[in-house]
Amino acid sequence: MFLRLATALCLSASAAVADVSVTIHYLRQEVEQPPVLSNLDPIPGDLGLKGAELGLADNATTGRFLGQTWALEVTEVPVGGDLAAAARAALATTDLIVLDAPADAALALADLPEAAGALIFNSAAPDDRLRGADCRANLLHTLPSNAMRTDALAQFLLNRRWDDLAMITGTHPDDAAFAEAVRNSLTKFGMRLKSEKTWAFDADMRRTASQEVPLFTQDLKDHDVLLIADEIHDFGRYIAYNTWTPRPVAGSEGLVPVAWAQVVEQWGAAQLQSRFTDLAARPMRSRDYAAWAAVRAIGEAVTRTGAADTATLRAYLLGPDFELAGFKGRPLSFRDWNGQLRQPIPLVTRRAVVAQAPLEGFLHQVNELDTLGRDAPESDCPAFGK
Amino acid sequence: MMFLLGKNTHKTLTACLAACLLGAPVAAEEIWVTNEKDDTISVIDVATLEVVRTIPTGDRPRGITFSHDHSVVYICASDSDTVQVMDPDTGEVLFDLPSGEDPEQFVLHPDNRHLYIANEDDAITTVVDVVSRTVVAQIDVGIEPEGMAVSPDGKLAITTSETTNMAHWIDTETRELVANTLVDSRPRHAEFAAGGTQLWVSAEIGGTVSVFDVETKAELAKIDFAVKGVHPDRVQPVGFEFDGEEKTAFVALGPSNHVAVVNAETFEVEQYILVGRRVWHMAFNSDKSLLFTTNGISGDVTVIDVAKREAIKTIKVGRFPWGAALRP
Repeated sequence: MFLRLATALCLSASAAVADVSVTIHYLRQEVEQPPVLSNLDPIPGDLGLKGAELGLADNATTGRFLGQTWALEVTEVPVGGDLAAAARAALATTDLIVLDAPADAALALADLPEAAGALIFNSAAPDDRLRGADCRANLLHTLPSNAMRTDALAQFLLNRRWDDLAMITGTHPDDAAFAEAVRNSLTKFGMRLKSEKTWAFDADMRRTASQEVPLFTQDLKDHDVLLIADEIHDFGRYIAYNTWTPRPVAGSEGLVPVAWAQVVEQWGAAQLQSRFTDLAARPMRSRDYAAWAAVRAIGEAVTRTGAADTATLRAYLLGPDFELAGFKGRPLSFRDWNGQLRQPIPLVTRRAVVAQAPLEGFLHQVNELDTLGRDAPESDCPAFGK
Repeated sequence: MMFLLGKNTHKTLTACLAACLLGAPVAAEEIWVTNEKDDTISVIDVATLEVVRTIPTGDRPRGITFSHDHSVVYICASDSDTVQVMDPDTGEVLFDLPSGEDPEQFVLHPDNRHLYIANEDDAITTVVDVVSRTVVAQIDVGIEPEGMAVSPDGKLAITTSETTNMAHWIDTETRELVANTLVDSRPRHAEFAAGGTQLWVSAEIGGTVSVFDVETKAELAKIDFAVKGVHPDRVQPVGFEFDGEEKTAFVALGPSNHVAVVNAETFEVEQYILVGRRVWHMAFNSDKSLLFTTNGISGDVTVIDVAKREAIKTIKVGRFPWGAALRP
């Protein structure tokens, strides 16, 4: 349960620096990808992993000047494989796990007796329940929750006064979860949906989108923006410009709230983008960013504390002094009531950042970033002692 | 319109006459501003506070500095991966210097011969001999090197690395690192102060300026900023400059749209001056009575009256102005 912590202590001219050796384990549970209508955008096989690798390279460069050595171990568990066994094997060497797995798998891992003293960084599951009733003290989240993303979208809609809304939702559970987050966010910001439909590709829908969508959207009540909950990216791409009335689309398609996208370029982001594409030969996505942020957060905590034990790191990460420069214009930090990394949410199209939440005017008594996602007063997470 | 035209013509004539009488080229004092997203330099006449020339550069110009005799101007053309050397009279690029990849910011050694260049994408500081036009050394530093400084005696050069969060101290004799000092998040700019006995480093995301004793490399002070009505997260120190006697520092605070006036002896902030949006870097005129700040997002330059500590004019320049340098 202990990190390999070399004890040789060397004092440099500038700061007391302990030689520290840190191993992070990137653990992935592969999942069955549902079939989608278009083959245009395959999910990269190294999604997330490349972000972790970049974060590790960043940590190692810094560590070179401080007597730190960094290692990344990787385990990929095939669909139906034994994640618990892989997790036990990983936990035998390190307490620091970056996890790419669905919510249930994340909970099963966090509840392993071997993981009691570990720090697990969820970089792939957006489920709000992991930040709420199902939260775990040893589970931190660097991927924004669904609520953070949909709050960002709701702020944008309210800011534009586009508050007459309709929504089309897919049938996948991820679509339903996103749709639920949209409804909650609209309620939170005083808006609501005027009409909703489910996109179920059944016997009545056997023509192409350009023929099907106009009819499908004809009976939606008058709206300013058409919201789409299609997190598996199945039908959503065929909605824009095919609607009965000419309306912009937002949500899973069109204007999309994200943790990261290749169009983010301000705040030094261009540098992170080019480092990433040099490494991965593809653009950086949200899960890459979340894995990068997890590894960098560990790096920052090790550098600032000079320690590598999870108790010290956890206390520092959740404490007031931690801040991560995340290329989004504001320091990132962890919410001490549920372990979520607070962060700005860019609202992007394929070609540009349209806005970045929190939008101006959405105020908060402590940190404007906490206008996105579950805030402390309404938190139902019992595991953080808040 | 006629009146204005007549007035300007008159001024130009006077300037020409004066120049002819002196037998020298027109040498009005100027502030040169690089426009990161226009690939140009805007030249501001200090006397009229107007843009008098716009000069094309390489791609994404950022750092800018003149040779000590002001005979040439060096420009980091980041996306052209070169440092351009320009004749400031004609605006002609004389030659390109090898600079390493993605040069962002640099500093000219007191020997007037060696440029220390931060290669942002490569985690390297490159030393270029501007006479032989060759790279004489490359030094591994932290990730995203940016801020560059050189001590008045020329013995130490500093690179700050934005993602590694350090000031790297380089011995200019051996061209090796002699120390690495942790600072707050995203260090952007470094300057020697107090006659070369102090090093100041700004940290953009940390929201602080750290002051180090050069001799011991120990931290003497850490300066915090608080702009009324602006969330602390948006108070992001970037570039800064000292007045003539190094008694006052002017610190650009990025998206808080303010410049802080800091007492360089007590390290206390005395005042905040409202400027344009996302203020980056700055340059003084010759007698340091005026300070020119580049405002990245609003695409303009704010002129500050140093004695009154007031913004007196805004000058529209190109898109995303970044660096600024004085041509006396």
